[in-house]
Amino acid sequence: MSEYLFLEQLKRAFAIAKKDLRIYYKRGPVVIFGLVMPFFLFLAFFIGRNMPIQQLFTGLLGMTIFFASMSIGPAIVPFEARSRTLERLVSTPVSAWALFIGDVIASFVYGILISVVPLIIGLVFGVNITNLLILCLGMILAAFCFASFGILLSAYPPTDVPSTVMMISNLVKFPLVFISGVFIPVSAMPDWGRIIASFSPLTYFTDLASYCTQGVSYYSVVVDFAALTGFTLLFLIAAIKIHERTLPERL
Amino acid sequence: MEPAIEVKDLTKNYGEITAVNHINFEVRKGEIFGFLGPNAAGKTTTIRILTGVIKPDGGTATITGYNILEQALKAKQIMSVVPEMANAYIDLTAWQNLMLIGELYGIPKKKRQERAEGLLKEFGLYERKNQLARGFSKGMKQKLILCMALLTEPQVLFLDEPTSGLDVESARLIRDTIRQYNRDGTTVFLSTHNMEEANQLCDRIAIINHGKIAAIDSPENLRMKSSGLKSVEVSFNKPVSANELSKIPNVMQVKKIGDKIRLYTDEPHSVMNSLIDYARSKGLTIITFNTLAPTLEDVFIKLIKEHEED
Ligand SMILES: Nc1ncnc2c1ncn2[C@@H]1O[C@H](COP(=O)(O)OP(=O)(O)OP(=O)(O)O)[C@@H](O)[C@H]1O
Ligand SMILES: [Mg+2]
Repeated sequence: MSEYLFLEQLKRAFAIAKKDLRIYYKRGPVVIFGLVMPFFLFLAFFIGRNMPIQQLFTGLLGMTIFFASMSIGPAIVPFEARSRTLERLVSTPVSAWALFIGDVIASFVYGILISVVPLIIGLVFGVNITNLLILCLGMILAAFCFASFGILLSAYPPTDVPSTVMMISNLVKFPLVFISGVFIPVSAMPDWGRIIASFSPLTYFTDLASYCTQGVSYYSVVVDFAALTGFTLLFLIAAIKIHERTLPERL
Repeated sequence: MEPAIEVKDLTKNYGEITAVNHINFEVRKGEIFGFLGPNAAGKTTTIRILTGVIKPDGGTATITGYNILEQALKAKQIMSVVPEMANAYIDLTAWQNLMLIGELYGIPKKKRQERAEGLLKEFGLYERKNQLARGFSKGMKQKLILCMALLTEPQVLFLDEPTSGLDVESARLIRDTIRQYNRDGTTVFLSTHNMEEANQLCDRIAIINHGKIAAIDSPENLRMKSSGLKSVEVSFNKPVSANELSKIPNVMQVKKIGDKIRLYTDEPHSVMNSLIDYARSKGLTIITFNTLAPTLEDVFIKLIKEHEED
């Protein structure tokens, strides 16, 4: 593929992302499963427990970035298949990979925009962030990772019922939160818990956030970044490959 | 000259059903080519293959020489489509829909804005450009979708039943637009149920049924070629048994249409003479008397029937 063609396709992916953001950010399921549910989950877990504000902040940030980056993504493709706009997109000169990257970008942007809120709250309430740059880099990488994960979740089965995909993605999302060191730091987990936690990408973000706020982490920063990058590539490539394969069944 | 569309041995199966069955045809540059066929003939399936939405199970298709599978992006860049099912984004405004298409085809900002403005004005939608397409009537949606297809100045334009369900005026606006763009050099591939539309618009028509092409020719040639479709229409002052009229020499078929009787024949003049003799011998008065050339509809029904008997 020539470089020009690649950049041109990437530009078109951004057009797709813009369209996604315009259409999907205010949809009911996106708001409920993406923002309201995790917020109450957060309240239920942390209110009344006497916890240091640093740890509270890490938990809130991890949960927000995880749920917000995955809220739009899973709904897009089934919704477009159902409203028959997917057919229109497929007939335009946009490669399948660019189409799905566009959806990832939309989820990513949404995730970042929402996650800025707890970050600001944390700063206002005087959370001591020792390394803001690393935290922000980590947020960006994590949001992209979870956004890719969200698109991957809608790849199979190729249904055009958005609520089915929402159910599947919640089935995956909620357990992941519990094993990822959001509520209990990885260092406080038993051995088997740590092994399970190592399979969740969110673990590495909470670990990184804990490093940036409390100065303690279970893994090293390099491992956290490497793991997040690895998961991102895995999710992104799998999402594109599987979607490319299931796309004909949606048309 | 290289054809605008070239289709060889194209096939598509859906389970047991062969929606498109080894079809072959060519559309020349600058032509309006009609695809005429009954429901479930395979029109939409063919268009979806040619526009790169679905993949064929066999055969090849090229758009101005670009293979739709191997050079899909290049082929898609020079064509656009008005699909059968309306599908603009209802949660975007008319303007946003047009800009999205412009961006997806890589049209520079200034140009896509100028094109969009011109098209919306042409179709009387400019005042509603900032309204969500959700609030558009069927006709307005169809016009918006046509604007979206024309925004990219396609060399080849596919339209899948573009006027079905529209009122007379909107249908005429769309037909006039198709003609105008064709005059300016756009090749048009149009599917329709409507014989009159095909007759008025198309340079050539392919008649398709059960996924196979029954005939391809100009509307005029299709009419000329089909013998036995000329007819004489007659009515008398008293009811007459159609059975008796079918005994007249050279009459191939007799049909009662309202109070008139239509006799299909290759020899309208001899049949007319026989009818005059018949009326005289029975003491009947002839009230109407016409010879009719075959309509495209007659040709169509005949071809479909012959085709089904094969
Ligand atoms: N996605 C699909 N799955 C299964 N069968 C299909 C599918 N698409 C088309 N078919 C079948 O293929 C045949 C041709 O359908 P197609 O939509 O091409 O017809 P058409 O000529 O466009 O008809 P109409 O005039 O009703 O639009 C039909 O028998 C239809 O049931
Ligand atoms: Mg059709």
